[in-house]
Amino acid sequence: MLLFVEQILNGLQYGAMLFMLASGLTLIFGIMGVINLTHGCFYMVGAYCAAFAVMSTGSFLVGILAALAGAGLYAVMVEVAVVQWLYRRDHLYQVLATLGLILFTNEAVSMIFGRRPPLLDIPPLLQGSVAILPGLDYPVMRLAFIGVGALVAVGLWLLVNHTRIGMLIRAGADDREMVDALGVDIRRLYTLVFGLGGLLCGLAGVMAAPLLAIEIGMGERVLITTFVVIVIGGVGSVRGALVGALLVGMVDSLGRAYLPQVLQGLLPASVADTLSAGLVSASIYVLMAAVLLVRPLGLLPARA
Amino acid sequence: MTTTASSRRAVVAGLLTTGSLAASRAWSNPIQPETVTIGFITTLSTPAGYIGEDERDAFNLAIAEGGGKLGGVPVRLDIEDDALKPANAKQAADRMVQGGIRLFTGVNFSNVLAAVVPSVLASGGTYVSLNPGPSTFAGERCHPNYFVTSYQNDAFHEASGLAADELAYKKVVLLAPNYQAGRDALEGFKRTYKGTVAGEIYTKLDQTDFSVELARVRALAPDAIYQFHPGGAGINFAKQYANAGLGRTVPMLIPSFSMDARMVAATGDAANGIYASAIWTSEVDNPASVAFVTAFRKAYSRTPTTYAQQSYDTARLIGSALEAVNGDLRKQDQFRNALRAAKFVSVRGKFAFGPNQHPVQDYYLTRFEKNGAGEIVQNIVRKIASDRGDAYVSKCTMN
Repeated sequence: MLLFVEQILNGLQYGAMLFMLASGLTLIFGIMGVINLTHGCFYMVGAYCAAFAVMSTGSFLVGILAALAGAGLYAVMVEVAVVQWLYRRDHLYQVLATLGLILFTNEAVSMIFGRRPPLLDIPPLLQGSVAILPGLDYPVMRLAFIGVGALVAVGLWLLVNHTRIGMLIRAGADDREMVDALGVDIRRLYTLVFGLGGLLCGLAGVMAAPLLAIEIGMGERVLITTFVVIVIGGVGSVRGALVGALLVGMVDSLGRAYLPQVLQGLLPASVADTLSAGLVSASIYVLMAAVLLVRPLGLLPARA
Repeated sequence: MTTTASSRRAVVAGLLTTGSLAASRAWSNPIQPETVTIGFITTLSTPAGYIGEDERDAFNLAIAEGGGKLGGVPVRLDIEDDALKPANAKQAADRMVQGGIRLFTGVNFSNVLAAVVPSVLASGGTYVSLNPGPSTFAGERCHPNYFVTSYQNDAFHEASGLAADELAYKKVVLLAPNYQAGRDALEGFKRTYKGTVAGEIYTKLDQTDFSVELARVRALAPDAIYQFHPGGAGINFAKQYANAGLGRTVPMLIPSFSMDARMVAATGDAANGIYASAIWTSEVDNPASVAFVTAFRKAYSRTPTTYAQQSYDTARLIGSALEAVNGDLRKQDQFRNALRAAKFVSVRGKFAFGPNQHPVQDYYLTRFEKNGAGEIVQNIVRKIASDRGDAYVSKCTMN
């Protein structure tokens, strides 16, 4: 029972991270129709900026600000310099250009920050673990991660549903010509959304950095999972991203926890270990296939 | 027509003259050996790049201590970065073989080694491995020109199994990445361990978050865990293990290379209290080791890792064999016999080759703990195996 609760928390924490990455990606994809493979790079840039800010100032707070600023500004730069010229082009051009940007960013980051990966410690306030149930200690840092994820979800809900910018974002998703005709500078709005996506990646980066490893190419690793999340959730909707992220987080953590045990009960140990390791890796793709069979547009698409 | 023929004759004549000159020089002055070039292909970039740096620096240290010579023979290193890619390494090896290099070392990873060794052996060259010792080359595919000075890959894990018994761990959980070396590691451990294995948990090779696996460990409540996660994943594992509070309740046992000196610096206090099987640590108290650690620290301002020690030993072993043939690698039988005799003072203490030209050596149980200055060091607890070879030696039939 305790194991189950702990795995649910692990799933929530992974889901929170996926949500921060997927919400920005789904806005960019759903509203502007841009396939942006550079999205994972914003996460890496955020983590690197945080690590070096913390190393030079010693303050985690400065690290958070550096991550947000670094990733957000880099996203705006990418949009202004490259992506905005591709809105009317075919998706193939966008894939090629943003793939090139991945290579460029990886090389640039290793030139600026060096080939040796930096290390970021968990800030003293969030170190160690705390008893949430009798007999169940859970790391404070991971609880904080879940909390930040919840805050982001509430914040985005408020932004999209209860502000003028949110209204324009929703309107832009439906009909960009109409919004343009109403006298709204859609170009600026797009830049803003792109920056917001980068900002959320930076937040995920600074939260993940002390828990996971900071390295060149860390963005590409999560990028595919992030795309799986928005495909499951439905392209373009923040609610879909939230549901998709939580689903993927849970399937991943519960699958990794229970699948090997179930299979070990059914099959000889040597077969069960290899088979379960393979199945666990494939579980989220199986989930995606199952969802698409029933709902080809994802669970909560923006334009149902 | 005639002019080209005559010029060709002139060139041939010239070549013959210089060739005989070189030969006569070698004959007339046998005391001055020619410079031997050693192909040194290793991993210098990527997050694992520090390992290759330590290996290169330790090898260079041995050369510098001999005044640019190993065993009195002038030595030059041809260094190539493989970036952890077997294809890069193979290309570099082929280039070096064509350039006439006959002696190779340096590779750090088993999968890279598998790409380099066949090229080298096919050209009649000699390969001396300073770190990886995969089972394939230790058993049926052993070769008279292939030597391993570090350990056979399974040996550390077998030693860990013995250590777990010595520490009276009755019930353990094993964790390793799901790839060949990971599965070999756990097999090696189980070969010698006598207690109960409560669970075998395989992680993804590029996994960085172990929260799910740590929760399973907590639920299984073993006496200890044995885990093998080299490099960055190992740092993450140790940090997350400590942060989840498991470090206080379930002791961790690892093979020594899952927590080297650089990783200790990266994990901070998380390494405190971890047990490891080892062939050497920087705290080993013999004159050769003390001199090595002091010289390495003086030259490079850092503590040598176990990789550095293995590379240094390899350099000195090669030195002893070069001395025996006075740098003439064409005397292949003599050179091979001299390598096999291993007449050098090893930093790790005792050292000898088994019939498959892999080490027969002592293994220790070590513990990472704070010294007087508050730094975490790897202290030796006790010896757990003497003159231990490997499990594949009987499969090796060398002719």
